[in-house]
Amino acid sequence: MIQTTQLSKKYGKAEVLHIESLEIPTGQSFGLVGNNGAGKTTYFNILLDLIRPTTGAIVNHDIQVNESEEWKSFTGSFIDESFLIGYLTPEEYFEFIGDLRGMNKADVTKFLSQFDEFFNGEIVGKKKYLRDLSKGNQKKAGIVAAMMGNPQVVILDEPFANLDPTTQIRLKIIIKELTENRKVTVLISSHDLTHVTEVCERIVVLDNGNVVKDIATSAETLKELESYFSV
Amino acid sequence: MITNFLNLEWKQYFRSANWQKSVFLNIFLVLFGLYFAVCFLLVGIGGYWILKKQFPEQDPLVLANSFLLYAIIGDLIFRYLMQKLPVMNIKPLLTLSIKKSKIVHFILIKSSFSFFNIIGLFFYIPFAVVLMVEGYEVVGVLGWLFTMIFLVQAANFLNFLINKNNIAFGALIAILLGGYLVQYFEFFDLPGFIGTGFDFVYQNPITVVVFAAVLAMLYLANFKQLRNEVYLDALISEKTKEVTASDLSFTDKLGDLAPFIKNDLRLMWRNKRTKSGIWMLALGLGYGLIFYTNPMYAEIDVMMVLVGIFSTGTFLINFGQFIPAWDSSYYKMLMSQNFKYERYLKSKFTIMTISVVLLFLLGIPYVYFGWEILAVHFAAMIYNIGVNSHVILYGGTFNRKKINLDEKAAFNFQGTGAVQWLIGFPLMFLPMGIFGLINWLVSFEIATITIAVLGFIGVALHKKLMASITKKYIKNKYVMIHAFNQEN
Repeated sequence: MIQTTQLSKKYGKAEVLHIESLEIPTGQSFGLVGNNGAGKTTYFNILLDLIRPTTGAIVNHDIQVNESEEWKSFTGSFIDESFLIGYLTPEEYFEFIGDLRGMNKADVTKFLSQFDEFFNGEIVGKKKYLRDLSKGNQKKAGIVAAMMGNPQVVILDEPFANLDPTTQIRLKIIIKELTENRKVTVLISSHDLTHVTEVCERIVVLDNGNVVKDIATSAETLKELESYFSV
Repeated sequence: MITNFLNLEWKQYFRSANWQKSVFLNIFLVLFGLYFAVCFLLVGIGGYWILKKQFPEQDPLVLANSFLLYAIIGDLIFRYLMQKLPVMNIKPLLTLSIKKSKIVHFILIKSSFSFFNIIGLFFYIPFAVVLMVEGYEVVGVLGWLFTMIFLVQAANFLNFLINKNNIAFGALIAILLGGYLVQYFEFFDLPGFIGTGFDFVYQNPITVVVFAAVLAMLYLANFKQLRNEVYLDALISEKTKEVTASDLSFTDKLGDLAPFIKNDLRLMWRNKRTKSGIWMLALGLGYGLIFYTNPMYAEIDVMMVLVGIFSTGTFLINFGQFIPAWDSSYYKMLMSQNFKYERYLKSKFTIMTISVVLLFLLGIPYVYFGWEILAVHFAAMIYNIGVNSHVILYGGTFNRKKINLDEKAAFNFQGTGAVQWLIGFPLMFLPMGIFGLINWLVSFEIATITIAVLGFIGVALHKKLMASITKKYIKNKYVMIHAFNQEN
């Protein structure tokens, strides 16, 4: 359960985020939608304690994120390419993250073997540094790293951008499997309405930092969203 | 069109964050350039009389000419190592409606005005003026001067043709060494022989057209080559190197610090900025040779502390001052990972400590200059571990500048702020002051022991110091994340 109460972020006078109350129950696949500057990444950054809220707080599984760091042990995330260490190979990067999440080398290898199809032979064993991979392949590595060490919360910012169609479909399957047994909460932000409506059971629309829609996904959701955004 | 290009260059220069942020550094670089210019200028003006005084029998011009081979080859070698054609920034121009040939002409002509080409003129022009004043034939001197200018330009374009070609580089070194050796053993005076060619130019200034022709040919050759390569998959492609992974499992002995230490070792080996910094180690280690071989300093005991701190601490200083900026490009990720900050700092501390001990061991041969030196170096090592490492880690909490690992280190001041300059003082001058004072008041032995004891106190307080440093880092976390997010 992730609870957000009276959260706001101001830069000077400009308020970029204002959420009175938002509750994301455990095991939900949660989608965050909005135009550029709507506050999606700001919300995720506050959730990861990378920036401080002006008022209010986010409580991630009973831990207030800017008070204690305990949430780190069960939260995996990938926000952007700056989460990658450019001078490592993907294998070394996974080993590093694995180390921090208490996995040994064998665990890491076993974990990665599930993603052979997702990687499509372009990540592991390529003798390339992460900085030399294409944007799409970097994203693949980052997304998989976010899922290491059995996190209870997975946060992905724009996971579908830059991915090729095949990988997008595979990622959707992975996310669905993740939330299947209702133990893992997945938070996704996206510009692509089709993808989020397919993957997420609940969609929240942000506009200028405010929650303007909170929809349980149904057959009509995509239409509803499209009509909202086609102004 | 050309004004457009120039306009872009101008903006590129003055809008680069480096320029805007650190005026201080720019002044420093400008002064550095001016220093060279003035040196060349002085040699250019005074060269005539110096030669005349040293070798009264010989014609200074002939003498100067006989050194030109070395000057030209040396220039080429220097260029080979330092000068690259700046091609990456033309990428955005390629799809605009500008003829490719125009773009190529522009980058070539722009390269004519580089520092490497201008600096030589500071010697040649005043030298030629002095010659004319001294009654040499004006036309002849002008012919000679233009030959020199054409040669410098020719070297500029030749360099771009032979660049990345190791055989050409080998040939240059061979000519330089060979020329020197055959001259030294009086087998054949190759530089003198080349020099007579330049004498001939002075006597027959019309030959300058030959050099102009050579320059034109080299320019055309460059143009042709470049024109064929302004494609994303040719010249303007970024080379990706294959990974050379080495087994770092030996670090596993360090327990939970191992992942970070592995990372730091890879960071150092795999990035331009850090790689070129490794040369600094050799420099720092050899630093003592300057002092200990010089009788003027050998008498001053305090110098031993300076050398001791510096030679065992080069890595500590070079690496430590940019903690945690080395990790700035992925700092956000680190901050969302599950580990205690203390563990991260501890890994940095461990690396620095190991480096200090290693550098001390490598510096043991200094004992040749006296056991006192080794004793002071030992004390300095302890001081570096106990005091300086903590000071520099503390200084890291003031780091607010991102480091781009892909840029090289020489004259790279990215990530440097006032703190980096200020922190250098207590690191070296504080122990020097303490040592100097006690050495003067009491004795050499007590002074040395004091330095070591200070170090041991630091080691004893390690846990406490680290805890308070960690607190400071955690307090500054958000400011650092924000700062490291900014591109400079």
